[in-house]
Amino acid sequence: MKLHGVKVPHKKNTSLCVPEQIPDPGTVTIPMSMHIGKPAAVKVKRGDAVKVGTLIGEANGFISAPVHSSVSGKVLKIDELVMSGGMKVPAVAIESDGLFETDESIAKPDVKDFDSFVEAVKKSGIVGLGGAGFPTFVKLAVKDLSRVEAVVINAAECEPYITSDTRTILDRGEDLLRGIDAIKNYLGVKRFIIGIESNKPEAIAELKKLSAKAGYIEIKVLPPVYPQGGEKVLVYNTVGRIIPKGGLPLDVGVIVINCTTMAEIGSYLETGMPLVNKCVTIDGSAVNTPKNVIAPIGTPLEKLFDYCGGFKEEPSKVLYGGPMMGLAVPSLDMPVLKNTNAVIAMDEKEATPPKTTACINCGACINHCPLRLDPREISRAYKLDSAKDLCALHVDLCMECGCCSYICPANRPLVQTNKLAKSKLRTYLAAQKAEKEGEK
Amino acid sequence: MRNLISSVSPHFYGTRSTKNIMLDVIIALIPAAIASVIIFGLRSLLVIFTCVAVCVVSEWAFEKLCKKEQTISDLSAVVTGMLLAFNLPVTIPLWQASLGSIIAIIVVKLLFGGIGQNFANPAITARIIMMTAFSGTMTNWAAPTAFKLLPDATTSATPLAMMAKGELDQLPTYLDMFLGNRGGCLGETCVLALLLGGVYLLVRRVISWHTPAAFLGTVLLMSLICGKDPLYQLMSGGLMLGAFFMATDYSTTPNTPLGKIIFGVGCGLITVLIRFWGNFPEGVSFSILLMNILTPYISKLTRSKPLIGGAGK
Repeated sequence: MKLHGVKVPHKKNTSLCVPEQIPDPGTVTIPMSMHIGKPAAVKVKRGDAVKVGTLIGEANGFISAPVHSSVSGKVLKIDELVMSGGMKVPAVAIESDGLFETDESIAKPDVKDFDSFVEAVKKSGIVGLGGAGFPTFVKLAVKDLSRVEAVVINAAECEPYITSDTRTILDRGEDLLRGIDAIKNYLGVKRFIIGIESNKPEAIAELKKLSAKAGYIEIKVLPPVYPQGGEKVLVYNTVGRIIPKGGLPLDVGVIVINCTTMAEIGSYLETGMPLVNKCVTIDGSAVNTPKNVIAPIGTPLEKLFDYCGGFKEEPSKVLYGGPMMGLAVPSLDMPVLKNTNAVIAMDEKEATPPKTTACINCGACINHCPLRLDPREISRAYKLDSAKDLCALHVDLCMECGCCSYICPANRPLVQTNKLAKSKLRTYLAAQKAEKEGEK
Repeated sequence: MRNLISSVSPHFYGTRSTKNIMLDVIIALIPAAIASVIIFGLRSLLVIFTCVAVCVVSEWAFEKLCKKEQTISDLSAVVTGMLLAFNLPVTIPLWQASLGSIIAIIVVKLLFGGIGQNFANPAITARIIMMTAFSGTMTNWAAPTAFKLLPDATTSATPLAMMAKGELDQLPTYLDMFLGNRGGCLGETCVLALLLGGVYLLVRRVISWHTPAAFLGTVLLMSLICGKDPLYQLMSGGLMLGAFFMATDYSTTPNTPLGKIIFGVGCGLITVLIRFWGNFPEGVSFSILLMNILTPYISKLTRSKPLIGGAGK
């Protein structure tokens, strides 16, 4: 069986652009929630002096991650920031002194066994850097290690424009290997598979060199079909297993880790410097000189564009992440987040969608859905307000990759309706559950 | 700084549109249109032009009168007009062709909600209504006048009618059948041109192979079983036109591969049933219309199965 997908234009314009460190950003704004789970608790107050790597937000609850300062300087204020999802979170604004002094507490972590390894990853503040931002240590803190048969390293980078994972492979091979090696030693995993799309020949060549050195890493070159890097798709295409609905990769014996996340683990184990800088691809039709830049977390997006020569024309839409699943930002004051792998600025032409017309029942949405859902029927059930039908159509399986909307010749808002339908189904299921419990 | 657009993903859009799909169908129909002029003379062009013009104008007028959004720019009315013309004899009076076009667009398509909503193929339904209403002119087959500018006054039977009557000695050769040098509707006779168009649609991925393969395959198999000449059956009547252009219509046929195969097999079976044992010499139109009616049920039975996993580790 082959999973369906769509062929999107790759636009990997920056794959050969070596990342450049941007100059002092002046002021950074670091939100306490750059991960899935509870926001971190602010540990600093106005006027406090901080350095690079100083803990400014403490993990709060099991699924959470600590947050560190990315510059040295003074805490200006603690604000509330409205994130792209509409959620308000506290954010620490720090005025940089331009010195980038390292916090005294930063030292190579003492890792001897599984527990100390997971603890180190937790302290590093590393979250899933492919975009989702799930705290990495939670993924690694497996209770029964015998369940883990393989670790799949996600280097597919299937979104158009983005090349920051490609740069990780080309520039940070040592870190990547060290991260993999640590997981091999402390989790006792024997099988490592790196999944990468065939449209990155330089990165594949580099990976082959690394795998020859390590000897135990498999490289799986995959066709460049979006969404190759979607967790479910990648797991199926590397180990041939389907993650059950509502389940985790671990349910089929796999842990999936993005390659940049892996390199960050490797680098933390060596230096003890938490995740404070991020390689970000700056591209899009409105950008003058597309580049890869390394920026302190919290840098306002405007500074990144300034470094890339500003705009060719005023941008109409600016995205965190790629054009298929990225989030539109409300303004250029928004900061670089831990899980920001690209910032795309689109001109008016690129940002203007074609007109929506009537559905012609061509079936393209159904025959391109990686998970074989029926977006046309889902839209109908959503309009009819039938949560029961939505349940039977398994809309909760939808990973929101956007293939259906992309391929639709009538440009209907299919994945957008799926998202609404998912939330309708969630409400319905919760109400049903409450009713059942009430009966007891 | 201008306000930034905020919208949910995806922020990229594919290049396919309803209009360029319809344009592809029109391109695919052009070889058969050219063949019809060569085989039946310039009047073919007049019939095609009339049908297309009346289809487009009636869609425009209906939407104007009902104060609905104009959809003639999606070119689907042009496709309907061409397909209807292809299903008429070249000698058809133009007023009858016009009436057929109005029925196809207004009654079969727009009254059911317009593009994507009609349950029956407009061109085929209009042809069947015309067959019942104008049975004389609808079966007045002009003899092929290949490479002559003006059609002869002579008429000839279609090969299927000859076979039904047992006039086997008058049947055209395989080569004549393949090139379309035989009696029949103006756009259905040239197998070569229709295959060219069909292959174009397959290459452009406008249609998938499932429907035509199932349809043609079933006719082939049933002909073998029933002791008829399979090649002759495949090249006769409106089979090629129906299998590639009418049974693949999006609105009126199932949209999953399995659904398409069932649809095609159903069309094939009904076609041979009518051809071999029915009262009419040809059954392609009826088979497609009957299967159109079954489409909602086929779709329900063959709905795409989501990959919920959990079965095999």
